[in-house]
Formats: sequence, structure tokens, C-alpha cells
Amino acid sequence: MKDRKRTGMIGIVDYRAGNLTSVARALAHLGEPCVITSDPRILDDAGRIIFPGVGAAGAAMANLRETGLDEHLRKWVRQGKPVLGICLGTQVIFDHSEEDDTDCLGIVPGKVRRFPPDLGSGGQRLKIPHMGWNRVALRKGHPVFAGIPEGAEFFFVHAYYPAPADETWAAGWTEYGIRFCSAVARGNLVAVQFHPEKSGRPGLAILANFCRWGGSDAQ
Amino acid sequence: MLSKRIIPCLDVRAGKLTKGIKFQGNIDIGDPVEVAREYYEQGADEIVFYDITASAEGRAIMIDVVKRVAETIFIPFSVGGGIRTVDDMRSVILAGAEKVSVNTEAVKNPALIAEGAMAFGSQCIVLGMDVRKVTPTPDMPSGYEMVIHGGRTPTGIDALGWAKEAERLGAGEICLNSIDADGTNDGYELDLTALISSHVGIPVIASGGAGKSEHLFDVLTRGKADAALIASMVHYRTYTISEIKGFLHGHGVKTRMNW
Repeated sequence: MKDRKRTGMIGIVDYRAGNLTSVARALAHLGEPCVITSDPRILDDAGRIIFPGVGAAGAAMANLRETGLDEHLRKWVRQGKPVLGICLGTQVIFDHSEEDDTDCLGIVPGKVRRFPPDLGSGGQRLKIPHMGWNRVALRKGHPVFAGIPEGAEFFFVHAYYPAPADETWAAGWTEYGIRFCSAVARGNLVAVQFHPEKSGRPGLAILANFCRWGGSDAQ
Repeated sequence: MLSKRIIPCLDVRAGKLTKGIKFQGNIDIGDPVEVAREYYEQGADEIVFYDITASAEGRAIMIDVVKRVAETIFIPFSVGGGIRTVDDMRSVILAGAEKVSVNTEAVKNPALIAEGAMAFGSQCIVLGMDVRKVTPTPDMPSGYEMVIHGGRTPTGIDALGWAKEAERLGAGEICLNSIDADGTNDGYELDLTALISSHVGIPVIASGGAGKSEHLFDVLTRGKADAALIASMVHYRTYTISEIKGFLHGHGVKTRMNW
């Protein structure tokens, strides 16, 4: 994997999946230049890609296919460009989502499942969506998660969760009635179910690490 | 497991806090952005802004405040007060708020909840409820009544019935204020909070009555609340948010301690 300079623009993929400006504001706070765009030519030139999004998988995939961004996303991951998925962006990189029974990008083998309706813990019924702050047991040694304190919490809002086909790709685990994969890392791709841009200092640290990351999961 | 959230509430009028807030050196700070930054650094899990401005000019100032807050703190925050239309919601969300809250306008026009949830997702729509205790009647079997216009106008609407209806319409969260407990500093209305929280499937933020850390412990355990709103106990610097969270953590309440 080629090591990329951290210079250059960060491309935030705009595919009409919610308000993407909070990611841009967090990057601005970190002093990292970025552009929110759906133009693949601009994204081709970007040194790294952030693929965020909130909303439903069905509508998101329909839009990605319509604009051709689905093919570009597969290409950028294949090319070794550092890519960071966030929330819905993370979910649609898998093969399939139970949300709207949607076929997704298939960049990472695996499925996205809905939390079971009878989710409970200690005799108490848990509310869905999983909304609020929760711990993520992060894989040690991954450059994007370097320096994150043990027990750090991140902000989540979701009713579906990633289930990668190979658990060794899981880079973070979270407990909510069940233990689910809340972060994935494979090669030049990192994808998180939580919102680093809304998770205070630990979240900003992940974004800052990503902006300096060469795209290899070895330290 | 999710952490219980501690949420300071700031009242804003024409871009300034309605009451100055004392900080280190007893400097009176009137800028909501500076105070939001301070609470963010103290470990607030979320912040609620309540805009009590009536004029159109005041609304534009509030949008500017929201933009500046969004550039300063990197945790979720919500904005309420005077949200009457989906366009009002859109302007606040585009300015950087995670959520909008609707109260009186939703009682008058329940479709606003559904329209907001359709446009932005349920997770963006918070139902604010001002509630008072009444003698139970066939129309108000829960013994709690909705009041609107900042607690001045009784509606004859059952609070529990309204909470369930709002959930069905697509509200993603309820911010439940007891007007009986509000301002007393004697503790939250635990029965009301437990009643609503155990009958809806969406998170409930308890509001009204917090005076000391024990009150938050009570409402987050016996009161079954998912989050607790606080105002004067931090605004007057009787407590810092970190102290409250330390107390809760020490008493076994799961709280975000690393920020």
C-alpha cells in the first residue's frame, strides 16, 4: 500500500443522505481542508474520502446507483485511497442491509442487521434506536484509533448494525443488549457506526488520525 | 450499555442568555456560545437551547448563535422555542443543530411532528411537554395534564395519551418538564417521569426540579429517565457538570466519564 501525503483535500461524498456539514465543521475545527461534493472528478483528486450519511439504506443505495458514485466508491477503496465510513456510510459498504431489504456496495463481505425487537439487559427492555453515548472496545494498534483512551464513549444513533462476514475485520465492539461490531478496519478502509464528529474529543481524535493516515492497517 | 445523559439547558433571548452565568472569577457571561463551550469542556453529553425570542429579527439572531455553537462544540445539541413549521426546523438543522424540539406548536398542530419526522428522521424530532398534576378524570386518566404557552394554558389533554400519540406520529424523544417541580430545586417529579418512560419506547429526558446531584440519581434510577436536564444548579456554579457526573458514577449510574 502506497503511503500518501496528508496534504490535499479531503472529499466528503455528498449523496443526499442527510446533513453532511457537521463532518465538515469538525474537519474545519481540526484545520483540515475539505470539500462536500457529489462530483466524482473532484473526489478522484481528493487525497482521502469520508463517506458519511444518515437516513435509510434503500434511498441511499438508489441515489448512489443513480449518480454512479457506487462504482467510484468501489474504485477508491480498490485504489488504496484512505476511506472513512460513518453511520449509514458504514452500513452500505457491506453486501446487504435488512433495512428496506437493500443490496449494498459489497465492498466488505457481510450483512447489516436490525436490532432484535425484544432487546433487553438485566430484565430491562432496551429502546430502539440505540441512541446516545456508548463504549467502543477498539482494536489496539490501528493508527486511526491511536491514543483513544480506554473506556472512551462515542455518540450513536441507529437501529441497524454491521455484521462482517469475517470477525477479524471488526475493529471495535459495543454492548447494547447484544455485542455488535461498531467499527470495521480492512486495509485502507475504516468504517464506524458511531458519529466521531459528534463524540467530543475522542471523536475528533479519530478524525485527526484519519487525516494523517497512510491507508495501511499496520502501525 | 448506553450512558445516562446529563444535559444543561440554556435560555436565549435575542442572542444572549436570559440570565448571565457566573464562571471562574465570577465573571458574568452572557454569550450562549461561550457557556456552551464551558459545559462541553465540563463533560455535558448534549446541550439544549431554548429560544424565547418572539420577533422575526430575533429568530435570525438565533440561527447565527446555532451556527457559532456548531463550530465550537462537537456533541449533539437541540434547539427549541418558536418552531412552527418544517422550514423553521430546516433552518435550525442546517445551521448545525442535531435536533429540534416542538412543544405548544405540536399540541396545536400534531401533524408538525409527522412532517418533521418525515423530512429529517425521528431522531431529529424532540417533543417538549409541560405537564401538571391534576385529579384523574375520564378525560385525563393518568392524572397529568398538558399545559402550553410556557405552562400558562391548561389544555385538558392527558399527558400520557399525548406522549403515546406523539411517539406514534414520529417523535424520537420526549423532554418532559414538570411545571409543579420546575424552579423548586426539590427534585424531579419521579412518578410522572417513571409513568411516561415506562409507557413509551423512545427516550425520556426529565426536566424540572433539579437542585442537587441526588435528584439526578433518583430520576435516572427510580424515575426511569434516560437523561436529566439541569439549569440553575450549574448556571449558578453550585455544581460543575463534572462533579455531578462523578457523583452519579460513584453511585453506580453509567455515565460518560472520559471526554
